[in-house]
This record gives sequence, structure tokens and C-alpha cells, in this order.
Amino acid sequence: MKLEVRLSRLGSTLWRMLAPTRVDVPLLLALGLLAALSLAVVWSASGQDTDMLMRQAMRFGLGFTLLAIAMRIPPGAWRRWTPWFYSACMLLLVAVAALGEGKGAQRWLDLGFVRFQPSELMKLGLPMMLAWHFHDRVLPPSLPAFLVALAWIAAPAALIAIQPDLGTSILVSASGLFVVFLAGLRWSWIVALGVTGLASSPLVWHFMHDYQKQRVLNFLDPEADPLKSGWQTIQSKIAVGSGGLEGKGWSQGTQSQLEFLPERHTDFVLAVYSEEFGWIGVAVLMLLYAFVVGRTLWIAANARDTFGRLVAGSFALTFFIYVLVNSAMVTGMMPVKGVPLPLISYGGTSAVSLLLAFGIVMAIHAHRR
Amino acid sequence: MIGVGSRRAIKDAQAEALLFQRRALTAFGLVLLVIAVVLGRFGELMILRHDHYAARSEQNRVKLQPLPPTRGLILDRNGRILADNRLAYRLELVPERVVELERTLDELSEFLAIDEEERARIIELAKLRRRFQSVPVKLRLDEDEVARFALERYRFPGVDVVPYLTRHYPEGELYAHVIGYVGRIDARELARLDAEQYSGTTHIGKTGIERHYEDLLHGSIGYEQVETNAEGRVLRVLERTPPRAGENLYLSIDGELQRAASAALEGKVGAIVAIDPRNGEVLAFVSRPSFDANLFVGGISRSNYQALLEAPGRPLFNRALQGGYEPGSTLKPFVALAGLELGLRTPQTAYYSTGVFQMPGQTLVFRDWKRGGHGRVDLEESLAQSVNSYYYQLALDLGIDRMHAYLGRFGFGSPTGIDLDGEAAGVLPSREWKRARFDQPWYPGETVIAGIGQGYNVATLLQLASATAALGQGGQRYRPRLLHARRGSFDEPLRSEAAVTVGEALVADPAHLAAIRRGLEAVMHGPTGTARSAAAGASYRMAGKTGTAQRVSRSRDESQQAALREGQRNQALYVGYAPAEAPTIAIALVIEQGDSGSQAAAPVARSLFDAWLLREPPAELAGAAR
Repeated sequence: MKLEVRLSRLGSTLWRMLAPTRVDVPLLLALGLLAALSLAVVWSASGQDTDMLMRQAMRFGLGFTLLAIAMRIPPGAWRRWTPWFYSACMLLLVAVAALGEGKGAQRWLDLGFVRFQPSELMKLGLPMMLAWHFHDRVLPPSLPAFLVALAWIAAPAALIAIQPDLGTSILVSASGLFVVFLAGLRWSWIVALGVTGLASSPLVWHFMHDYQKQRVLNFLDPEADPLKSGWQTIQSKIAVGSGGLEGKGWSQGTQSQLEFLPERHTDFVLAVYSEEFGWIGVAVLMLLYAFVVGRTLWIAANARDTFGRLVAGSFALTFFIYVLVNSAMVTGMMPVKGVPLPLISYGGTSAVSLLLAFGIVMAIHAHRR
Repeated sequence: MIGVGSRRAIKDAQAEALLFQRRALTAFGLVLLVIAVVLGRFGELMILRHDHYAARSEQNRVKLQPLPPTRGLILDRNGRILADNRLAYRLELVPERVVELERTLDELSEFLAIDEEERARIIELAKLRRRFQSVPVKLRLDEDEVARFALERYRFPGVDVVPYLTRHYPEGELYAHVIGYVGRIDARELARLDAEQYSGTTHIGKTGIERHYEDLLHGSIGYEQVETNAEGRVLRVLERTPPRAGENLYLSIDGELQRAASAALEGKVGAIVAIDPRNGEVLAFVSRPSFDANLFVGGISRSNYQALLEAPGRPLFNRALQGGYEPGSTLKPFVALAGLELGLRTPQTAYYSTGVFQMPGQTLVFRDWKRGGHGRVDLEESLAQSVNSYYYQLALDLGIDRMHAYLGRFGFGSPTGIDLDGEAAGVLPSREWKRARFDQPWYPGETVIAGIGQGYNVATLLQLASATAALGQGGQRYRPRLLHARRGSFDEPLRSEAAVTVGEALVADPAHLAAIRRGLEAVMHGPTGTARSAAAGASYRMAGKTGTAQRVSRSRDESQQAALREGQRNQALYVGYAPAEAPTIAIALVIEQGDSGSQAAAPVARSLFDAWLLREPPAELAGAAR
């Protein structure tokens, strides 16, 4: 290729990146609102800790910057990079298995300037890989295409499960399965997949670590051991229940302010939110989440091609599954598990990777039909 | 066939978009459904079960902290402090905050004595306590220990020096048998105590006034509603109900008289009870030897306790309250009064003492203490010289039944009801008593010696003092009591305790009582009085009766039993009152292993009469307290 051609192509790419883009304002507003709520709740839950507030604000700054960059990269480019991205995520997961660090389980990778969980990135990488996998195939997918998709899912799921982080492994698998679902997998196969999954659960129990089993047992009867592992669940339910319809008011939640609630600014931030803003506050938050999910699905439905549809759609559902698991956790409906509340919990990797994902969604929106 | 080939197959973009839309719509429907379920779950916790969780949150947040009341002071009738509360320091630890309990205790014992017993107790308590409640490690740290711990404190997270109030008895031994002492609440007491009232209290009255008036002294507990965090650290006080301090008790004891009485028995084994005959107030209450009540407050050590148990004269034994003595001749005035009142004698009825007395038809001989007898005596002389044979005959004439009934009205044979626990009842023998006690009939010979207060008779000093006081007071008995007045705080007025009479006046004819009182005066001032030397040179008149008897041992102590078998020593007794015409003090005292009553006991009584009647009027406080 001639140099001039290359230069002109680079020039047009740069132009496209810098030119005003057709951003989806309602979705951006909803995300901004969530980020603002996050800062408010983290401020309260951290016991009015300015340092933590600043760190969370900087994460959102980084996240929205990444979003702004990602939305200017055309979906076609994202599609071409996908296999590389997926491979990079897999390499990182292998690296974590080899030399990662973390409390009890190896989840973190320390790159010197930043510590993050590669499994969080895989929540983006896997759906994108599957969308890439299906994008030029006839849909609904054939059996071989389906089986290959299952293999793409199984590889990272297994690597995360041996960290060990069964919960994230299941969530990552779910993000992949959503793609398969949205790709139009036949209902009969979906049923078959579900039955297989249920049948294999005793096998999963067998391979679970003791602390994971404890978590499940503990969930079944939290009051049996109120001082140790059941403590979180009980205190969380007390925080939520005592919030009532209208809540105790911002920074007035006694369960969190008096430190009865563990993990109050990270995984259990929803309990703090519930205690302080009440059921009305929870309803508002859930509607906000529903709006984000619905808007993203709408963007997916209007995408130009299969890749865009599947990526945006699966992001929407993955995003929602996090909301569901976290809500179930703080209300004592599911075993305690380190799942943050999307865009609200204090913590970097999750917020940044989610905003990056919404950047890709914005890019898909910008290149809609 | 399909496989890889499908990649090349022609995609129907329109159909695929529709397929996706259907799936996306299905998914969104499920999302909304799930959100409804989630909101339902939140609604269940936050609305339906809100009350339950609100209550539990409140329980979490608000803790009720007991504020133990300050124990009331104990003072003498003039306002001198006999028991107060002093600031002390104890070492406490919070098991959840120390790194490792066993190791912490090891390191602490480098500069604090913690023996194995205490160590086991601390570990046991640490297991029983609620979360983040502190466990006392050592009470009453001395200044050295506080200073040494302050230096090493950084090594012991979760261990703290905590100030608290502890009971202190400034007069030490002087009031140990009156006031008693407080000690740590033990398991048995814990079971019967009001758990709420005592939730912040560690000590309780074990003996004496401290025990009898525990309810008044303890006060009532206060509470602080405090907001705590999950570690139990108090963040702020929400509401406070202050405790009400225990009442300050003014005893009827006169400090000066008590000191004089105790000094008079210095080095001796004995006891003294002095009563105001006009109202039953106890003015002095001494049992010697005594002990330092302060030893018991912090928990007495095993070796100290053993030493007290083995000390000569058994200092822990409260002779004034629990000692039973053969009253001997001190019972004679009451027997004489019975003879007058029942019409068997007049004051002038004469009796001829030959030195020996024989019951009709029997060979057994009872003797007078004076060889050859006292000759012809009337009632006054029979008391002045303590003529046994007069009373042998009188006792026979009375018979045991009437004697028992009449002396019982003076309180012999039953506790006086003084405001102390554990008072002995003594023995006033009767046919029924002997039947029940020994399953034997009553013999007339036993009536004879009962007439001079011997045989089965056992009296307590309180009974003797109370009955003697009645003789000095027109025959009216008052219940002896130690509580003179009380008040809640020092700006409240004193509330005096009312005198409590016991029964009706005991004498039908005042002339009878006058005759007895003349006899008792003659003991002290008459030319033949047995205690006339003790009254010599007095500026006032006094009345009394001496007695010399064997102590009835109720102890199983080998050496004491042996001493009694040898008939080694006498018990010197004295009862009396002064001034004779209108007494303000009645005394009963005993000196064990002493000489005769007239030689050992009467001079002690004289010194106390002097101390009471000739003292400088007490300072201005007396006016307020009196």
C-alpha cells in the first residue's frame, strides 16, 4: 500500500476519533447519575473519608475518559482487536494463576502502578470473543458453532475457578452464555444446557473449597453462627430492614456509621444505601438500573451488525446480573460473595471496566443503522 | 456439511435482526420481572419486617450501661466516719482486644503477682463475658503497680487501669464486729440478688451492719443509654438516669465509748454491750480480740484467713452477738423480781443462810460461795452479797415452769432482735426444752441451780444488757438497735429511727422494781456489796450485779475443750446501769478466762460508766445527730 493511502486512512481515523460523535445522552446521563450516587454513598459508608472519596472520583474520571475514547473507536476496529484482547485476557489469567496475589485466593495482578483483577477484564473479553465468533455465522447457531462457543467459555471459566473464585467464574460464564442466548440458541438446547448444569451441581460441590461450602451452608442458616461467617448477612439484613420506607437519611445509617456492617463501602454498599435512603431509594436505584439495561438493549437492537448487537446486548445482561447477585447478597437471598454493586461500590477495576464496556456500547450506538 | 461451511452461508440480516429483537425483548421482560422480585424482597425486609429489624438495629446501637450507686457511708452517732468509699485502681482487660490472653497474663505477671487460682478465674470469666466486656485482672493496685503498668502499657493493648470506689474502714479493728465488712458477690448471693439492681455492683455486705442494712446502703442503680459501635466502644450518651446513692447510716454507737470499751478489753478475751435504757440504742458493742475488716474487702488471701482462724481467742468470733455464757449470778435480780411479782416473797422476807442448802429428803448439797454462810439476809442483802442459798430456795418455790415463763418475758432464751444477723438465742431451760433436747425428764435439783443462773442456762450479752436496761427503766424493754438515724445525702435532714418497745412494762408493782434496784445499788455502794471496791469514789450512783461462771463452750476446738475440762478459768460477768436513779446507760460485759466478776468485770464497767457520764460534751455534731 502506498504511503499516501496509509496516511490518508490514518488521517480519516483520527478525524473520526476527534469529530463530535453521536453519543447516547440518556444512557450517559444515567451512568453519570449512578457515579454521583456512588460518590454520595461511599462518602457516607466510609465514615466521611475524603481520601476514599477522592480515589473513587479519580476512578470515575479514568472510567469516563476511557468511555470517551472507546466510543470513538468504530465497532469494526473493536471486532478486529477482539481475538487479541481475548488472548491477552487469557494470558493475564494464566499469569495470575502463576504469580498473582490476594487474600486467600489469587485474583490480583500487580503491574507496579496498578493492581487489578484480570477476571474483571474477561467479563468484557469473553462476550466480545463470542460475538466475534458468531458475527459472520448463520444464526441461530448450529451445533458445532455452539460447541465451539462453549469451549471459548469453558477456558477462562476454568482458569478463574481455580484461583479459586467460583462466583466470578460463574458470572463470567453467564456473560458468555448471554451472547449464546442472544444469538438465538434454540430453546430446546437452552433447556438441555440448564438440566446439564443442575445435574452437575453435586460435582461442583465436590470440588468446592471448604470456605465456599461454608458460605453456602452459612447462607442456608446464617443465625447458626451469628458471630463469625453469619455476621455479615445478619448485619446486612438488619441494615436493610431498619431502613424502612424512607430510610434514616444520608450519613445517618447507624448500622454503617457505627461499623456494625462489614465491607460497607465495597460489597455491602447497597445495605448502606438501603439503610439511609429506604425502600423508595432502592426503587429509584433499581429503576435507574432497569433504564440502563433497557437503553443498552435498545442500542443493541439498533446496532448495524451482529457483532454490535451481541456485544451490547450481552453487556447489558451481564451488567444486570451483577445488580441481581449483589441485591440478593445484601438481602440474604444468596450466599455471601464478593460481587460489587455495579458503578456504586467502592473499587477500581469493576467501575473502570464497566465504563470501558459502556464506551464500546456508545461506539456501537454511534455506528447504528 | 454445515460446520465451517455455515460461515460462508448467506446470512439473512433482516431475520437475524428480528431474532435478536425477540431475544432482547424476552431478556428485558425477564430483567423487569427479576427487578420486581428484588424490590419485593427489599419491601419484605424494609416494610413488612421493618419493626423487627429497626428494633435489632436499635439493640445494636444502643446499650444500657449500668451506673452502680455509691454505697452509703456508715457513721457513729456523732458523725464520725466508720465506713467510707475510697478511690482505688484495678487492672481490667477486654479479651477481644488483647492479642492472646494466656500470653498477656504471662507478661503481666512479670510485674504483678497473679497466682494460678486468679489466673484460672480470669480465663473462666473471659469465656463467660459478653462480647467486648472487660474482665477484672487485679483489684486494688498499689501506687507502685499503677506506675509500673503505666510504663509498660504500650505492650498491652486491651489492658487498662480503671479507677473505682472501694470500701474502707478507717477504724480498722474497732468496729469489725459491728459494721462487719463487704466482700465480692459470690455465686450463691448472685442467685438470690436482684440481678438488675446489682448489675454494676461487685461487692455486697457479708456481715454486721453492712449485711443487715444492705438494701439501704446499696442505693439504687442508674442507667446510661449509650450509643456504641460494633466494638462496644461508647460513642456518646443518649440518656442518663443517675444512680441514687445508698443512705448514710448513723449508728447509735458512741465512738468515744466504743474506743474506751475496746481499750478496757485490750489483751483480753471478752465482750461488752452498752445500751441506752431509754430507747434501746446500742452505745458500745465490742468483741475482743478483733480483726481488721479491711482485709476482707479486696478478697482475703488464704494465708491471712488461715492465720485469723488459728489466732488465739478466735478474733472472727463475734462474742457480743453470738457468744453464749452461763449468766450465773447476773440472773439473780430477775429471779428475785419473779419472786416478788408472783407473791412468793416481799422485800422484807428474811432467809437464813448457813452456807449449805439441801433439798428436802435429798443428800445432795448446794453451797453458798461464802464458807459458813451469810446469816440472815433480806432481798436487798441477797443481791448485795449474792447469796446463793436465798435463790436456791426461791427457785424451788417458783418451780422451773414459772421461772421459765417469767424470765422469758425479759427476753432470755430468744434473740433480742438487734439489727444484726446471726444473733444467738441462748438457752432458757424448761421441761419441754429438756425433753426435746435430751429426751429426759426435769429433775428438781436442776431447778435449784437454775435459780443462780447455772445448769443449762445460756444467755447472750445482748439479752443481759437488754434485760438489765429494762430494770433501770421502769420495767419497759426496748429492742436493742444499732441504727440511730439515716439520711440520703448530707444536705437532707437526718431521719431518726423510732425506739421499738418489746411487750408491755414487765413489772406490775413499782415497789417491787424499786426493791430490786435498791439491791443492785447495794452491790455497788452497800457496805457488803460484792463490787463496792469498783464503785469507790464515784461522783454518781450506779447499780449492778456481778457474776462468775463457767463458759459454755459451743466450739469443737480441742484445746478449748481441754481448757474447760481442767476447769481452768472463770468467766467474769457484770451487768449494771448508771446513774442509778435515772440510768442513761446499761452495760453487760464478759471477760473470758478472767477472775471473778467483782474483781475482773466490775472495774471495767466502772471505767465505762465514767467514760459515758463524765465525758466532755461532744462537739456540735452531737447536737445534730442526737
